[in-house]
Amino acid sequence: PFKRYVEIGRIALVNYGKDYGKLVVIVDVIDQNRALVDAPDMVRGQMNFKRLTLTDIKIDIKRVPNKKTLIAAMEAADVKNKWENSSWGRKLIVQKKRASLNDFDRFKIMLAKIKKAGVVRQELAKLKKEATA
Amino acid sequence: FQYHQFQVVGRGLPTETDEQPKIYRMKLWATNEVRAKSKFWYYLRKLKKVKKSNGQMLAINEIFEKNPTTIKNYGIWLRYQSRTGYHNMYKEYRDTTLNGAIEQMYTEMASRHRVRHHCIQVIKTATIPAKLCKRESTKQFHNSKIKFPLVFKKVRPPTRKLKTTYKASRPNLFV
Repeated sequence: PFKRYVEIGRIALVNYGKDYGKLVVIVDVIDQNRALVDAPDMVRGQMNFKRLTLTDIKIDIKRVPNKKTLIAAMEAADVKNKWENSSWGRKLIVQKKRASLNDFDRFKIMLAKIKKAGVVRQELAKLKKEATA
Repeated sequence: FQYHQFQVVGRGLPTETDEQPKIYRMKLWATNEVRAKSKFWYYLRKLKKVKKSNGQMLAINEIFEKNPTTIKNYGIWLRYQSRTGYHNMYKEYRDTTLNGAIEQMYTEMASRHRVRHHCIQVIKTATIPAKLCKRESTKQFHNSKIKFPLVFKKVRPPTRKLKTTYKASRPNLFV
């Protein structure tokens, strides 16, 4: 029934607080509610599990590795690419992009949407013609 | 609030009979320096014949945690006053800093035994190696292959600004 476990090496996404949106590695468990958490660009610190959402990605590390081993293990498991290719990761990237558009980008998107809808409608008209013929 | 650890050094004022009175040093937990100094005189009064009015504070420094990025098991010996009398207690906590463990201790004593801050005296604290821990609740985390699922997922908006009283649909609480 459970697929994602809190374990040493589990990658989690921070969903509240100062480090919102970061991917962190659970490096050790303090007690039932807190974990020692580490990421390549932050000082190792504790975080409550309520601030974390577990992902499917897990890397192979021992308890509390030093920063170098951690970065090496993350490279070996290719966390960044796995995350950016996963559907969850892609959704977040798209959300960020949408939030950071300026007016010109929105204009370009409008044109692209109209073009795409035109092409789809042409195909649909073709299929309809074949169906009635 | 945060508890800070202070080192307080003080002595009685020098008099004609005693030119160089003995200097006493204490390590204390308090929320701020003022409270730490006050607590120092409280304890010193109970141990020696000296009061704040005929004593002087020599130094007060805050003590910071040496390694706040490693997890340690803290054992805390305390003396507390319950409704019926004074008792000694030994409690264990797992935390990254000693101040965090002391804060856990105060909140736990308040919740489990209804003992407030002013009725607790910390006798001794120590970092305990994992083999010597006595309490099952700390020993259960001494597992290098620890693994457990988060059973209940509480859906929270990422900032308090986005909080609403009513939601359109029931949240999914599974994991």
